[in-house]
Amino acid sequence: MRNPLSDKIVTIKPSGIRKFFDIVSEMEDAISLGVGEPDFDTPWHIRDEGIYSLEKGRTFYTSNSGLKELKIEICNYLKRRFNLEYDYQHEVIVTVGGSEAIDIALRAMINPGEEVIIPQPSYVSYEPCAILADAVPVIINLKAENEFRLTAEELEAAITDKTKVLVLPFPNNPTGAVMERKDLEAIAKVIIDHDIFVISDEIYAELSYGKERHVSIAELPGMKERTVLINGFSKAYAMTGWRLGYCCAPAVITEQMLKIHQFAIMCAPTTSQYAAVEAMRNGDGDVERMCEEYNQRRRYLMHAFKEMGLPCFEPFGAFYVFPCIKEFGMTSDEFATRFLEEEKVAVVPGSAFGECGEGFLRISYAYSLDNLKVAIGRLADFVARLKAEKKTC
Amino acid sequence: MREELLRIIERNSRIDLKELAVILGVEEIDVVNEMAAMEAEGIICGYHTLIDWEKTSIEKVSALIEVRVTPQRGQGFDNIAERIYKYPEVNAVYLISGGFDLLITLEGKSLKEVSAFVSDKLAPLDSILSTATHFILKKYKDHGTVLTKKYEDQREKITP
Repeated sequence: MRNPLSDKIVTIKPSGIRKFFDIVSEMEDAISLGVGEPDFDTPWHIRDEGIYSLEKGRTFYTSNSGLKELKIEICNYLKRRFNLEYDYQHEVIVTVGGSEAIDIALRAMINPGEEVIIPQPSYVSYEPCAILADAVPVIINLKAENEFRLTAEELEAAITDKTKVLVLPFPNNPTGAVMERKDLEAIAKVIIDHDIFVISDEIYAELSYGKERHVSIAELPGMKERTVLINGFSKAYAMTGWRLGYCCAPAVITEQMLKIHQFAIMCAPTTSQYAAVEAMRNGDGDVERMCEEYNQRRRYLMHAFKEMGLPCFEPFGAFYVFPCIKEFGMTSDEFATRFLEEEKVAVVPGSAFGECGEGFLRISYAYSLDNLKVAIGRLADFVARLKAEKKTC
Repeated sequence: MREELLRIIERNSRIDLKELAVILGVEEIDVVNEMAAMEAEGIICGYHTLIDWEKTSIEKVSALIEVRVTPQRGQGFDNIAERIYKYPEVNAVYLISGGFDLLITLEGKSLKEVSAFVSDKLAPLDSILSTATHFILKKYKDHGTVLTKKYEDQREKITP
């Protein structure tokens, strides 16, 4: 029989998280700090709108780019939050999660052989999506000493004649790093000088805890026309399972993205779209409440790491911390495996998010404080044991 | 900090002060001072425990009583409210808008005891026009806490 597969897909490695997932799901009593989604339920008024839309029989396709009401609410949100003005008719597409938007943006923008710059550590899908879009991924290894921000120098050094797009993943999964306005201004200059485009994945936009609220790169002068802004409902409103995101970009880009979206997806789930309208209209209070709680847990973790002597830069976004475990002379995979076996706590090795994540762990604080306390107590025991082992040998 | 602190201890008044300081990002002494100040100002009125008596072997009956009263000259409802809240079996007294005036929550050992309270003590009070007693059959949620179900983490254990 002939090989049924495409060579391209075969070269792509499955997600590094998979292996851990398989071990942990076998282990009944393991507790996990490995989850990349909120622990809160979707606020009830949002769920209720979804249920109501079903009761009303709103079970049909929406227009390809999404419900008009929702696109208008998305534009209202971007206006009130970032002072960004988008035309809901031509510049917005409602997608199946932010992840679909990443995929179709890359496919709409890349010609074979063009380069896409991907800073890592970052979310697991950028590189495979770039490869599937026939792009050449160019990785920037972000540095702990820069608190995993992207600097203008790093960007400049990665740009070649073939560079087309920069993927900008902030606030960042897995590091929790944020880019402040001054950081964005520095890279915006490089982006404009070299005439490249940005796919800005701002799915964690609402979860930032510094003095400065999250700034979108599209806000900066000259950037909106070269930015595909991606956001969604999963993290801000605890709506991961609803599979709903969106992207906003100049009409020349969305017009082409919409073709892929309409042929591959048709439209995002209708029930989710009705629920999302409610989220955008009346959900600001929920976001604030959840954000406050994440921030409390974040402070708790930073304090706990300090006490157990585990180095970790202070992250101001998303719901992850990214402590360094290099001192123990193990890979992050070995550390995570041993920690799971000995203490029954699952964390994700930093290396799952790119080679430069090696030596780090992603710890999620999308868990109640009580759960965190138990898990972090075990981490403290484990770290103390490793430190003692190191001394004796 | 005050608002955030109150939101935390409203749900968990037993939280350790040191931990409270950590999650608020302030010094422990500031938390201690702030709480003392709020106690003095009467903002923090107590540190009670939420108990689901249903799960104990102790018999208890709770009731809500709607009361219509004639307000008294110069006193409004305050006087009659005070006469009612002084009974230890009365849990709460609220002045409310709408079809009646006071809402009382009450706890007793038995139906009989609650009824006796209403007929012997409450109804005969001078300014009370009428009462309507509703017995609570089941508490699903109280003080923002769901009593009937426990939280269960239904997420996959590892996700990107």
